[in-house]
Amino acid sequence: MTDHPNTNGYLVGSNLERVLHAGNFAVTGELGPPQNADASVIRKKAALLRGYCDAVNLTDNQTAIVRMSSIGAGAIVVQEGLEPVIQMTCRDRNRLAMQSDLLGAYALGMRNLLCLSGDHQTFGNHPNAKNVFDIDSLQLIKMVADMRDECIFQCGDAFKGPEPRFFVGAAAAPFADPLEFRPYRLAKKVQAGANFIQTQLIYDVPAFATFMEKVRKLGVHEKTYILAGIGPLKSPSMAKYMKDNVPGILIPDELIGRMSKAGAPWAGKSKDELTKEDKKARSEAWQAEGIRITIELIEQLRQIEGVVGVHIMAIEWEEAVKLIVEGAGLYPRPVIPEPVKQAA
Amino acid sequence: MIVAEQKTLDEIKTLVKSAQNVLVVGCGTCVTVCFAGGSREAAILASSLRMATQLDGSPKKVSDVTVQRQCEWEYLDPISDQVKDVDIVLSLGCGIGVQAIAEHFPNTWVVPGLNTKFLGIPLEQGVWAERCAACGDCILGLTGGICPIARCSKSLLNGPCGGSEDGHCEVDAEIPCAWQLIYDRMNSLGKLEVLMDLQPPKNWRSSRDGGPRKIVREDLRLAEED
Repeated sequence: MTDHPNTNGYLVGSNLERVLHAGNFAVTGELGPPQNADASVIRKKAALLRGYCDAVNLTDNQTAIVRMSSIGAGAIVVQEGLEPVIQMTCRDRNRLAMQSDLLGAYALGMRNLLCLSGDHQTFGNHPNAKNVFDIDSLQLIKMVADMRDECIFQCGDAFKGPEPRFFVGAAAAPFADPLEFRPYRLAKKVQAGANFIQTQLIYDVPAFATFMEKVRKLGVHEKTYILAGIGPLKSPSMAKYMKDNVPGILIPDELIGRMSKAGAPWAGKSKDELTKEDKKARSEAWQAEGIRITIELIEQLRQIEGVVGVHIMAIEWEEAVKLIVEGAGLYPRPVIPEPVKQAA
Repeated sequence: MIVAEQKTLDEIKTLVKSAQNVLVVGCGTCVTVCFAGGSREAAILASSLRMATQLDGSPKKVSDVTVQRQCEWEYLDPISDQVKDVDIVLSLGCGIGVQAIAEHFPNTWVVPGLNTKFLGIPLEQGVWAERCAACGDCILGLTGGICPIARCSKSLLNGPCGGSEDGHCEVDAEIPCAWQLIYDRMNSLGKLEVLMDLQPPKNWRSSRDGGPRKIVREDLRLAEED
């Protein structure tokens, strides 16, 4: 292993790692790159998130729809003074492409990586594409950790020159099946080298608390940083859709009821009866309730031992992040000085 | 077994368009068992082609014959005279059968009448499902006899992914989640601890990724005569 003068006790020294290492309750956000080559979209979203998140995830062709690459968008995010978490799926690249992209991402200043299997391509806009899945998400975690800690490529060859040093993240789906295996699969990811975990969206806190209890029994929370995934509900129909159609998401009826109730003044009217102003007001009422629920969820999740941060997924609603972070008393974000660069 | 499905009559008509004299060649092995290209299907297809081309106003001469195994050259010798007499052979063998005919009869134009789908088993009358991806390096010993390469939509070696729900795959509710099956089986065998081992990246060279594959068994080869 190369003696790394710049990490100073950290694995990597990214802002996310520093915040977590210092024992602060971390906040990460999510930034979905556009389905075009417009850099200004990234800059606008980055401006909404800057100062409110310790780092932001750049999705990698999310839901198998072609978008600006997570690394390309991540480079813009770096320019904007925000720290990216690069998402990388196993769907679109083989081990050669992954490693070369990681070298490039590191050279461009990216320091956090989230390793994912990736949504199957049949969901997206190129369903006839060939998928790759040369390696899976656990093997990716180990490959990236080995690049950093052993200074080797996946084939075992040693780096001649600086190695890419990423703070390695993984996802956890606490409510996907087989339910009993989920804490163990998380343990397996941590064993493979995951330094931090971002979970699937949590709305059912008691169910998540049960999952965390099993995770704690395995001692996993002491070996990794677990950030609970949350996302503001935008409308009752969105909540119902997610509950019914997205695997591994539990939404208690009580929350759906609260969302419906928020729109009660406009209930019982057909689409034609509602004016444009009505719809706008209803939408604002739903969104306000969605944000209130999210803030309450954060407060509840913080009480669970082993939860050291939240990952806020407000895709295409980045404006919500500021309100949520402020509302949950998580603003301003801590500033932990960068590690002092020692003489090489 | 190899499971195949017949192409549509329209596609087959297009494939044999330029020919006047067509020989449909069925196969008596896998594709007979899956009702795609046996003697019965060959006779029906030949008859359908005769009728269809008659209705189209350009009747073709279509005959049929079925060999025991289209994928072995020795079974093709007996039909060499029939093959020589036609403009085109429409093979109802799997992709291997089509190529065996092409290799054995270098001057014959051969086209496929089937789409070769997968290596699988019949689950019930009229239903077949994939079981093996012929990856060349069998890992069924690690997964309780259920193959994640062939049966997990993402071929995960350390599954299941987050898309497993109620026993099925995120891709389609009709696809059982291979990793749920593996989990259940390892659980019932009392071998769940095997699933805690991190499986390393697979060596795909033994699969198609290493290029076309070939096996040479020196112990079985016939000695060359001097």
